[in-house]
Amino acid sequence: MTSLDQALPLEKATSVDFGRRTIAIRRFGGRVSLRLDVRTLVVTAVLLTAALALAVVALGLGEFSVAVPDVVSALLGQSSGAVHMVVVEWRLPRVLLALLLGAAMGVSGAIFQSLTRNALGSPDVIGFNTGAYTGALVVILLMGGGYFAVSAGALVGGLVTAALVYVFAYKKGIQGFRLIIAGIAVSAMLASVNTWLILKASLEQAMSAAVWGAGSLNKITWDQVLPVMIVFGALLVVLSFYGRRLGLLEMGDDAARALGVRLEGSRLVLAVVGVALTAMVTAAAGPIAFVSLAAPQLARRLTRSASVGLVPSAAMGAFLLVASDIAAQNLFAPTQLPVGVVTVSIGGCYLVWLLAREVKRQ
Amino acid sequence: MSEELKESVVTDVLVDPVSGFAPGARPFASRLSAESVSLGYAGRPVSEALDVRIPDGGFTVIVGPNACGKSTLLRALSRLLEPTSGSVLLDGKSISSYGAKEVARRLGLLPQTSIAPDGITVADLVARGRYPHQKLLRQWSEADEAAVVQALEATNVEGLSGRLVDELSGGQRQRVWVAMVLAQQTPLLLLDEPTTFLDIAHQIELLELFRRLNGEGNTLVAVLHDLNHACRYATHLIAMKDGAVVAEGRPADVVTAELVEHVFGLPCLVIDDPVSHTPLVIPLGS
Repeated sequence: MTSLDQALPLEKATSVDFGRRTIAIRRFGGRVSLRLDVRTLVVTAVLLTAALALAVVALGLGEFSVAVPDVVSALLGQSSGAVHMVVVEWRLPRVLLALLLGAAMGVSGAIFQSLTRNALGSPDVIGFNTGAYTGALVVILLMGGGYFAVSAGALVGGLVTAALVYVFAYKKGIQGFRLIIAGIAVSAMLASVNTWLILKASLEQAMSAAVWGAGSLNKITWDQVLPVMIVFGALLVVLSFYGRRLGLLEMGDDAARALGVRLEGSRLVLAVVGVALTAMVTAAAGPIAFVSLAAPQLARRLTRSASVGLVPSAAMGAFLLVASDIAAQNLFAPTQLPVGVVTVSIGGCYLVWLLAREVKRQ
Repeated sequence: MSEELKESVVTDVLVDPVSGFAPGARPFASRLSAESVSLGYAGRPVSEALDVRIPDGGFTVIVGPNACGKSTLLRALSRLLEPTSGSVLLDGKSISSYGAKEVARRLGLLPQTSIAPDGITVADLVARGRYPHQKLLRQWSEADEAAVVQALEATNVEGLSGRLVDELSGGQRQRVWVAMVLAQQTPLLLLDEPTTFLDIAHQIELLELFRRLNGEGNTLVAVLHDLNHACRYATHLIAMKDGAVVAEGRPADVVTAELVEHVFGLPCLVIDDPVSHTPLVIPLGS
């Protein structure tokens, strides 16, 4: 890490030994101050850089391939005609959305894993995605679909499922483990409902339902990017006020309250933000699985930190989804896979690795 | 126990032979008090109309048999439990009228159970005690850093600050939790059974630390199981039974064989502790 000392514009190191390289940043006569863990900082920066680099690569890939320098000049508004059309009008919304939705899933997973104190406590495991799929199916099969109608259906389905899981898990407040068990149970029931709905549908409807259900970034245009940016931005503002409480809530209810955290209020706000983030992703692109499960834990292992961090999880989520989307578009080109198929495969590998690690540990 | 004996025990104990005042009414300053509070959990009442005043600058220890309501009282004093009636006063105002962080700047609590997140280092955990002093843009001020250094030194864990909390012994870990509460820099410290699960040497070490903190001007309130530890370290003892305060005052004034038998149902002898000259309770057995 010594080379880092020269590489980073180092602020003052803390006088307390945190067991890890830690720096304190103080500005404006002490009115603004921060404590940063250097390893977390570096990992986050590397992940973000990698995600952005992949995004540039993704903008150039496809039937009409564009070289990286041309992509960059197109992004800077220095090109016109076909290149501008392909890079900025066609591909940029998709890549941008992959970055944003990936980050949102990482953050959402981190919130739930922290609240439940469990690596399995992510929104896709506790039934949210399955419920969103049920909502979307109902719209596709009964009302014929349409992008915004399906999004709305998914949103309602996901939120109703979240409320149901909450009610089933409630017993003098919410406990992480009960929430996960209730989520898995509700999820299993809804999965059978989904199968039944698809069996009842016509072939054409079933096909479009199946594509939606895998989670896909195909056919994304600028119309879908703007709402996501606004919602994501608003949720991040709320999170900047509430995010730090996650670390305190992890220490137990009494300890958190003793330190001045209003328990039920904070938990409710954080859970609503987590659900809203997942709802936003699902409404925009369908239920993309496993990113919110894997991203926070992968980020945590890379940063070697005690808690799942929101920012590193966001960077990891963005990286994973962009990488998955490149694979989805190009592995079997010209056939485009839904990105959800790739994330499920990655997620499967992640779970196998996790299980193998646990077995080895015992 | 007959009503008559109960009466006599209570009178014996409550009237201070020197001042003639009942210690509960003795004029001492108190920033934290429970005024006629009734406490309980979901329809199960624990205490009715309880009055307790915590003397400023003292080391108050609450003792009593299991399920006598001592931890419940401590939870109420630290606003973890809302009284069903009556109120807890902090600096003259109802504790529930303060903002959550404002209370946490005046009153620190070491709960019975806390969870150290996997892989957290000592200093990182202690630094979390600074939360009530921090703001969105001011997350690590000079004062935060100084308070953490001071808390690590006061609890003698500065040498461990970079270590993982999971790797520490029980005694070290408990001192780290105390350091986290100290980093809060509150004039009032409430400790819920801080010595439970520790071996005797670590219990004494921790109690000595509390005494030192008390000597430095902090007001301490602890729930303890061991009556002899309470007698030795408390400057003010509160004995509870069945949700009510049976006796309170200086251990030397309060602790008698009758009281111990009344409160714990344990026949015993109370002698002078040859080391600290405080009451020493020797159980008689059957």
